[in-house]
Amino acid sequence: MRHIISILMENESGALSRVAGLFSARGYNIESLTVAPTEDPTLSRLTLVTRGSDQVIEQITKQLNKLVDVVKLLDLTEHRHIEREMMLIKLKVQDADQRAEVMRMAEIFRGHIIDVSAATYVVELTGDSEKLDAFVESMGHFEVIEVVRSGVMGIARGDVALKL
Amino acid sequence: MELTGAEIFVRCLQEENVDTLFGYPGGSVLHIYDALYRQDKVEHILVRHEQAAVHAAEGYAKSTGRPGAVLVTSGPGATNAVTGIADAYMDSVPLVVFSGQVPTSLIGNDAFQEVDTVGITRPCVKHNFLVKDVKDLATTIKKAFYVATTGRPGPVVVDIPKDITADKCEFHYPRSIKMRSYNPTVKGHPGQIRRAVDLMLSAHQPVIYSGGGVILSNASKSLTELTRLLNYPITNTLMGLGAYPSSDRQFMGMLGMHGTYEANMAMHHADVLIAIGARFDDRVTGNIEKFCPNARIVHVDVDPASISKNVKVDVPIVGQVDSVLKAMIKEIKAGERRPDPEPLENWWKQIDEWRSMDCLKYDRDSELIKPQYVLETLHRLTKGDAFVTSDVGQHQMWAAQFYGFDKPNRWINSGGLGTMGFGLPAAIGTQLAHRDETVVCVTGEASIQMCIQELSTALQYHLPIKVVALNNRYMGMVRQWQEFFYQGRYAMSYMDALPDFVQLAEAYGHVGMRIESPGDVEGALKEALDMKDRLVFMDFITDQSENVYPMIPAGAGQNEMILL
Repeated sequence: MRHIISILMENESGALSRVAGLFSARGYNIESLTVAPTEDPTLSRLTLVTRGSDQVIEQITKQLNKLVDVVKLLDLTEHRHIEREMMLIKLKVQDADQRAEVMRMAEIFRGHIIDVSAATYVVELTGDSEKLDAFVESMGHFEVIEVVRSGVMGIARGDVALKL
Repeated sequence: MELTGAEIFVRCLQEENVDTLFGYPGGSVLHIYDALYRQDKVEHILVRHEQAAVHAAEGYAKSTGRPGAVLVTSGPGATNAVTGIADAYMDSVPLVVFSGQVPTSLIGNDAFQEVDTVGITRPCVKHNFLVKDVKDLATTIKKAFYVATTGRPGPVVVDIPKDITADKCEFHYPRSIKMRSYNPTVKGHPGQIRRAVDLMLSAHQPVIYSGGGVILSNASKSLTELTRLLNYPITNTLMGLGAYPSSDRQFMGMLGMHGTYEANMAMHHADVLIAIGARFDDRVTGNIEKFCPNARIVHVDVDPASISKNVKVDVPIVGQVDSVLKAMIKEIKAGERRPDPEPLENWWKQIDEWRSMDCLKYDRDSELIKPQYVLETLHRLTKGDAFVTSDVGQHQMWAAQFYGFDKPNRWINSGGLGTMGFGLPAAIGTQLAHRDETVVCVTGEASIQMCIQELSTALQYHLPIKVVALNNRYMGMVRQWQEFFYQGRYAMSYMDALPDFVQLAEAYGHVGMRIESPGDVEGALKEALDMKDRLVFMDFITDQSENVYPMIPAGAGQNEMILL
């Protein structure tokens, strides 16, 4: 099963490689990983998406908790939660019809066109990973120049929170 | 008054009551060595290779229960230490390893003797630090000792760039330390302890399976009390030997790949398994699909990640082993309930029947020296009271099987990593911590050559270690596997061109002996043990074809043993 694990960790050099190293050393997979400092500059929040049986996920959370730099951890998939990922996608647009179609599709997916050149559009899109996949698919007959995805981040709904 | 980083380093060691520091100097730690030279509270032991420094510190730590301390230089000093660090990590040995680093301004520049020590050691340490400011040095060292010795112990590396050891600041050593990200659990959950006790008391065919965690948690007394209170059979892992007196009737011997028939059969037929400070290692479980098919399992461990890692358990208890065992004893004593005597009596009958197989038997009338006989004789002559270190291979298994340990911290071997070369340096660390005790290094002619240069260290510090080399001219365990599983194709397991160990020992300034017939074994051992102030290297020429029995082949079940 797919799990989204959020981690608060010390904002110190090396902390990220401890997490990444743990996954490679123990043969766990990482589908995506995103990390940035929080409102408390001594803490970083890292969100990773992984897959595994219940037993593997239990080991992953235990091993992560064991890392001295990991302060706290939450498996978001055990709670009601919201997940979001951001995508920037650059498409080749060669005529007015194509421009119109990209604009229409961007609107349907609640994206924005954030850069325009003579032959390209850049669309910014936010949503869960499936929505982003769907957009890329619906652009199949366009020439996609590049796709940048942020990796998944998430937050629990209601009272549940990952904080000190 | 301001002190230099090097002086602060030395003061920190003194504050941590480090009396022995194992190390080897080099460019980036010269300020530290200069500061060590100008004091006399911390004794520095100069090894001949950094790997040995770490193993010696492990011997010191395993035999005393106190953390070992190591100092190496940057680059090759640090990489040589890695094998020892990985060994300590696998066996949960509390160590603090200090490595020099190139000056901060040169880090990342491929400077002379630069290596990313924090990066290289990351997967095999409990934690590591790079000190970037002399003001952080004292706190970092405090944290290092705290992390190394609490929870599930392990090695911690502190990497110190050379400029930090020259920079100055006020010295203040923190009395205590709190880390928001590191709070190991001490006490077991009372509800879980009650559930465990209920399950334990309901058992008809119980087995207590205890490991190195009991020794690390200093819980031998509690383990013995609980085991006797319940009158349950007990088996120890390789790392747990000595935690329960091996001469006791309730002790079934070691379990696992080379465990006894009775221990492995009892495990296989158990209805309740009480695992204490053990980690269900593959050398213990054999084929996990066939492991303890009927048992409900209680597991006590200080490391939550060890619980349900390999085998799903029914009653997990996270906590310090000693504290949990004491709580269990209290809980049992407070209640009326005791184990049902009748099924237990039948269970003991069954165990005695398995015991009567005499699975450790060997040919006592051989004209060749049997390694088992050497170890039995050693046990008799030392009254089972020596500190025994070992290397890795057949001799290690025979030592575990035939040197009955009645006390904890006396059996010092490399269990998890299986590091050949461990034995001699570990004996050095052990003898330094126990100057007046008998310390024996049981080894083979292959293992001993991996750290043989340490004979020189032993001479320098007048360490009267007794080296018992079981010399069968083969990498015996490799040969055994090739005999059993590769149709006798002995690929590269033969040790051609061995040195003359007697002359070698003498060249290093020690006493050498060669023993070639069974009749001379006892006399030689006696003579060697009587030389209280000399290292004696005993080269026992043993039966080349001897195998370690019983054996559970890798991937087989616990009841599928190869017996002699």
